[in-house]
Amino acid sequence: MEKRELTCIGCPMGCQLTVTMDGGEVTEVTGNTCQKGDIYARKEVVNPTRIVTSTIRITGGDKERISVKTASDIPKDKIFDVMKDIDAAVVAAPAHIGDVLVKNVAGTGVDVIATRNVEIA
Amino acid sequence: MKTYDIVIVGGGPAGLAAAVAAKEAGNDSILILERDHELGGILNQCIHNGFGLHTFKEELTGPEYAYRFIKQVLDLGIEYKLNTMVMDIAADKTVTAMNREDGMFQIPAKAVILAMGCRERPRGALNIPGYRPAGIFSAGTAQRLVNIEGYMPGREVVILGSGDIGLIMARRMTLEGAKVKVVAELMPYSGGLKRNIVQCLDDYKIPLKLSHTVVDIEGKEHVTAVTIAEVGPDRKPIPGTEERYTCDTLLLSCGLIPENELSRSAGVKMSPVTSGPIVNESLETNIPGVFACGNVLHVHDLVDYVSEEAKRAGQNAVKYINSGCKEGSNEEVIEIVATEGARYTVPSTIDLGRMDDLLTVRFRVGDVYKNSFVSVYFDDERVFHNQKRIMAPGEMEQIILRKSQLEEHDGLKKITVKIEKE
Amino acid sequence: MLDVIVIGAGVSGCAVARELSRYDINVCVLEKCSDVCEGTSKANSAIVHAGFDAAEGSLMAKLNVEGNEMMDQLSKDLDIPFKRNGSMVVCVHKEELDGLKVLYERGVKNGVKGLKLLSKEEALELEPNLSDNVEGALLAPTGGIICPFELNIAMAENANVNGVEFRLNTEVEDIKKDADGIWHVRANNGEYKARYIVNAAGVYADKIHNMVSADKMHIIERRGDYCLLDKEVGSYVSHTIFPQPTKYGKGVLVTPTVHGNLLVGPTAIDIEKKEGNNTTQEGLDAVISKASENVKNLPMRNVITSFAGLRAHLERHEFVIEEVKDAPCFIDVAGIESPGLSASPAIGKMVGDMLKEKMGLKEKAGWISTRKGVKSTEGLSIEEMNALIKENPAYGNIICRCEMVTEGEILDAIHRPLGARTLDGVKRRTRAGMGRCQAGFCSPRTMEILHRELDLPYEKITKSGGKSNIVIERTKGEESEA
Repeated sequence: MEKRELTCIGCPMGCQLTVTMDGGEVTEVTGNTCQKGDIYARKEVVNPTRIVTSTIRITGGDKERISVKTASDIPKDKIFDVMKDIDAAVVAAPAHIGDVLVKNVAGTGVDVIATRNVEIA
Repeated sequence: MKTYDIVIVGGGPAGLAAAVAAKEAGNDSILILERDHELGGILNQCIHNGFGLHTFKEELTGPEYAYRFIKQVLDLGIEYKLNTMVMDIAADKTVTAMNREDGMFQIPAKAVILAMGCRERPRGALNIPGYRPAGIFSAGTAQRLVNIEGYMPGREVVILGSGDIGLIMARRMTLEGAKVKVVAELMPYSGGLKRNIVQCLDDYKIPLKLSHTVVDIEGKEHVTAVTIAEVGPDRKPIPGTEERYTCDTLLLSCGLIPENELSRSAGVKMSPVTSGPIVNESLETNIPGVFACGNVLHVHDLVDYVSEEAKRAGQNAVKYINSGCKEGSNEEVIEIVATEGARYTVPSTIDLGRMDDLLTVRFRVGDVYKNSFVSVYFDDERVFHNQKRIMAPGEMEQIILRKSQLEEHDGLKKITVKIEKE
Repeated sequence: MLDVIVIGAGVSGCAVARELSRYDINVCVLEKCSDVCEGTSKANSAIVHAGFDAAEGSLMAKLNVEGNEMMDQLSKDLDIPFKRNGSMVVCVHKEELDGLKVLYERGVKNGVKGLKLLSKEEALELEPNLSDNVEGALLAPTGGIICPFELNIAMAENANVNGVEFRLNTEVEDIKKDADGIWHVRANNGEYKARYIVNAAGVYADKIHNMVSADKMHIIERRGDYCLLDKEVGSYVSHTIFPQPTKYGKGVLVTPTVHGNLLVGPTAIDIEKKEGNNTTQEGLDAVISKASENVKNLPMRNVITSFAGLRAHLERHEFVIEEVKDAPCFIDVAGIESPGLSASPAIGKMVGDMLKEKMGLKEKAGWISTRKGVKSTEGLSIEEMNALIKENPAYGNIICRCEMVTEGEILDAIHRPLGARTLDGVKRRTRAGMGRCQAGFCSPRTMEILHRELDLPYEKITKSGGKSNIVIERTKGEESEA
């Protein structure tokens, strides 16, 4: 039996949740005051994921950085691996919203895509 | 210089949404004046996600959200001028602006939409003692340096203020390799979203110290250390609770102030609570034909609400022009009063003759309220009483008024919004 | 070899330098900071005192009154804003009314013109926001307000145009005289030789003096905390409102500034620390509580910044402007605390006259007496603005939106004699960053201009020289240019 403490992000209540786990399975969520807390806790303890947003170097454009995001959630424990790839990447202008700038970032199977347009200077 | 029916001051989310709505409402003579070199306003530097859940039912980053509106402005052929500073708005709605190419010019407008946004409270306004070295930034300035210019202000960071910008910057600086040592918050609660506290601080094990403030800044040339201390209920530092953090950067995220210098000089009446214009149901100020929306009206926490509000301002500006620039209807004006926990409402008056079928009234509470009721009184009669599990100053609240309901209430003069325990 | 080295580019040093620039000699100003006006001259009340406060017969009183009288012409010559808004000393305790009379009489003896004692009613009529407890006031119509940065910078620029060399980032470490009577000044960046030295080193004047004299000097750093309020409340009072003076000085005043802000301060705290210009909570609290004794309901929610300055106080509370007895050809300009800013033109003249006589100086031909300031766009008509923008489109580009400063003004500030090299340098010459957002919006844009115009990498752009860089490196581990 393992217990994990979490803060629910569903609303400003910020309920302190206690999740009881047994062999990787959630057996109980307590402390929540609504269903949102239960759903959040079950996902967060088993498979926490995040969207990572940052910038990438871009050359030849009217900006020197282009804002980017992971096209979908990546595992939370991969955030810094993802950042390493993002920091190392250099792309050439132009680039537009949705363009894939890094494929399969940090082996997550998720691409990093542009979130703004940068035109050729 | 060409003349325009509607001049929109500001090309951020509010100005863009107002322009699109005005165009869609049938007006073809619209000009947006933007002081920056691109449209989109502050959203361009808000590269994190979480925008647009209400408007687009998906999570976008700031630049993506802005571009949804920029694209509409471009597709609709709405005119705009970049790098253009509005210097003055006269009470007769003549807008004086300036840029490199056109020089200084004046546009006599039929309607003006104020959409200038807000600015951050600087260190001076917080009266933080200590030296005044380099390395102290408002969080938004640091955000621009990191996200747009691509420069790091420092490596070891202390943040004062747990508003969303401060929290977001804690994560941004961390991801860019800096060490964020602590976030101090003067109030006993954070002004930021719970999601941001968890995903920007907890994820990176950055401590949040509530009821704390900065009591000293060290470093003659550059910040070398910051001392924070706990504050009592009077928000004054408690001697003996000081903790010193060596650092090279202090970020301040201590509140936003609507930028109303232009509005004031035009003669627009201001609310001392919001520092924004006092507006009626049409989001129109005391000067007929001058409308306000977005953060210049009152500071929002969700851009979706800004867009929605700005849309109404744009539509109402067109209605005003189509009515032959008529001042109000002949109906009695109903006053909306915020009291007992509710700090203000936007709008603060209703002209029943001009009211839409539904009217969203937004307000903020002054404290954290759990299991309390939002109550609305029509004169002395309570007509709405709705329990909320939690209300906090950081989250805007809203009620929706139905025109038919107001009409049924004969001789209605005053609507009161308050928070009640039961 | 130089004829004269002036140590310190504050308002005294620059006033001396400007006076010496009239003569056919080589003059060099050594300044340890990265710009002129970086010490006491940058953080004070920005007042041109009438001169009723200084002790009768003192050099302070004499130079104050003289400096005050010179200010009209000087401000015209140097193109700097100066306004005689009048000073008012307010009495809020009936039993202290006699004190006003003492001040009045002293002022008359000091040669201050137009002094007038006011009744409670007269005072309140002139200044409705005075405390309800006001019992009477002394009005000094010759009191004025000035921009200390612009005065200091203008004198430096004018001196520079007339041939005075300025060595910034130059800190004096030792001074020796050789057998031929030549001064050898060792600085962090080399040695400078001269026949005469003027010590105008502000709070460091004792350190410099003690390098050459056995008769040791001790400067006490007397800190003053201030709060600066938004222009929105800049006309809360129109005169400079003083309390009655105490042994610690003129007390906490409330005054409009010449640029339209409201300034409240200073405290007077002896700290004995040459770089101790940090504000403290007690200091800021004291500013507010003391100012509130004389002016009611001060709109302190409109504070946009607070700061502290150091007065170079000598125990005897008197200006020391004289040749050092055991160090001939070394002239002290020390103990220049309030009313030093007011007196500065007279201090410059006094030292200039001293050296003229001692060195037998001759005025050179072609001395330029005037200087044009950074062209301000404030208050220009549309036609005037458009003429300016047509000539130089940079005047159409607003960089600082709080103070409405254009790119044209910033370029002017950078490319003029002794031009701005730092954010503070730009700020003090143009007011960009001086407004209500305190450079939040304009600092990245001003940095972009400094980067472009001076070919300075971003990481080398500083707030005010030294280690005060704004950013430390590029993101993404990118190598920076040059």
